[in-house]
Amino acid sequence: MAQKSAVAARAPKKKASSWQKRDWVAAYIFIAPVTLGLLVFYIWPFFQNIWFSFNDVNKFNMSTFVGLENYIKLFSDKEVWKAFGNSLKYVVITVPAGLFLSIFIAALMNAKIRGKSIYRTLYFLPSVTMSAAVAMVWKWIYNEQMGILNTAIKAAGGSGHAWLTSPSTALYCIMLVGLWMTVGYNMIILLAGMQGISVTYYEAAALDGAGPIQQFFKITIPMLTPTIFFVLITSIISGFQVFDTIYMMIGKTNPAYDDTQTVVMLFYRQAFDYGYKGYAAAISLFIFIVIMIVTVIQLIGQKKWVNYD
Amino acid sequence: MRGKSNMYHLIVHLLLLAGIVIVVFPFVWMVLTSFKTNGEALHIPPTILPEQFVTQAYTEILGALPFATVYMNTIISTVITTVGQVLFCSMAAYAFARIDFPFKNIIFVLVLSVLMVPGQIFLIPQYTIVQKLGLLDTIPALFLPNLFSAFGTFLLRQFFMSLPKELEEAAVLDGCSRYQIFGQIMLPLVKPGIVALVIFTAKFAWNDFMWPLIVNTSTDKMTLGPALSTLRGQYTTQYPMQMAGAVMAVLPLIVLFFIFQKQFIEGVAQSGIKG
Repeated sequence: MAQKSAVAARAPKKKASSWQKRDWVAAYIFIAPVTLGLLVFYIWPFFQNIWFSFNDVNKFNMSTFVGLENYIKLFSDKEVWKAFGNSLKYVVITVPAGLFLSIFIAALMNAKIRGKSIYRTLYFLPSVTMSAAVAMVWKWIYNEQMGILNTAIKAAGGSGHAWLTSPSTALYCIMLVGLWMTVGYNMIILLAGMQGISVTYYEAAALDGAGPIQQFFKITIPMLTPTIFFVLITSIISGFQVFDTIYMMIGKTNPAYDDTQTVVMLFYRQAFDYGYKGYAAAISLFIFIVIMIVTVIQLIGQKKWVNYD
Repeated sequence: MRGKSNMYHLIVHLLLLAGIVIVVFPFVWMVLTSFKTNGEALHIPPTILPEQFVTQAYTEILGALPFATVYMNTIISTVITTVGQVLFCSMAAYAFARIDFPFKNIIFVLVLSVLMVPGQIFLIPQYTIVQKLGLLDTIPALFLPNLFSAFGTFLLRQFFMSLPKELEEAAVLDGCSRYQIFGQIMLPLVKPGIVALVIFTAKFAWNDFMWPLIVNTSTDKMTLGPALSTLRGQYTTQYPMQMAGAVMAVLPLIVLFFIFQKQFIEGVAQSGIKG
């Protein structure tokens, strides 16, 4: 837009068009690396992945067309449903818990208190650290014999527990690490949202005699819904993607192996441990479709509760 | 009234501090364990502070893994990914934000569509491409697909779009070429956007796990994340050594974070507002 008016002011019509052509050439040169890179490494692979899912792909990438076989196998494979259930459990628990905790901490931080920036820095810290490294630390904390968690419980008179090796607790322990890593990050986003709410609303409410709790539920939460929605969507998507922590914390001989195998974990093992790349491609498309459906439901459902003014 | 507000602040501080204890404890425990001897770490019940403060674990890890090489690989991969993304994304973002050209909208939608798809979808074909190029188990494999980012292009486009039009009009009248306008006028003006992209990309590249785990399997071609996983597999009960590895893996980003915390936090805070 900008250059058009400038060019028109500068030169007669004919010259303008040659300037414009040079402009187009420049534009294509500017976008070439990203566009070609994305085409080769992302867009083409997207379609190739769909093709793979209808094939049996062996170690040497020789593929034989098998039609819907991978998909038929997928729907009757108990391991897939178990993994899907684990992922769902992970999302259904960590997303609301994480949202609650991050809103709660953001609300505390939104008060006029001292040392706010120190709190903010420390709460944010886990989200800049490598999840693979942090998972090792947590594994050590959870250790049955020598871990500090069981030591503390025993010191308090309780009895220790095999946190990461019992099927009933392992996934929950992983969820806790996930929450530990993400709550501070989401808190920062929500706090920024809270600070963007105009003071005049609170002043008006205070004049009407609304207390802090009432103000929180009648002003802060409704005004924050667009930010809450953003955090909700991104948390659900990343909840379905959990991989690093499980890979690091659960070994192949762990009795809780099946109970902590999420869909992305299963995808990785099928593709790169067992070498069933066609089947893994079908699993990855299944994950994609599930995330798409959940996101679309969220986008439709948001009209009922998200305020945009 | 004053007493009531003090009481309220006290409760807020206590709650926040309780959270901080949970957030910070794993870091403290990691550092403390890394300075213990192996015998002491395995002691039941464990000691809190190291009885003898030893750096044995840190010297052992250098013998157990080609740690310096792994470190260097991670640095190289992070730097190249970040520089590549900033260069390519800023070029494309400028054109998408500021130049009208044929098929612009279609191409931009194509770029954006990549953002909607979870990463696993691309992984198997990306692996086969790298394999066909003969690049498995090489340093370029670590960063090749990550040089191109739809997210970075979108992010910087937002910054370019917020700049006033008059800037360019004046430059065009002065006879500047597009390349000069981009390099000398526009790029310096989106510095906050570039800083945000550098932070996001460096954090992503340093901490990335699944991709480097898949493409590079020799220890001397690995990055820190996968190297830690082999360490964990081979030295199952050497906890001080594992913790020393973890300390060294998280330290660079923590140092960067403390230096640039304003930019880190503002970048994230804005993502909720802009997105």
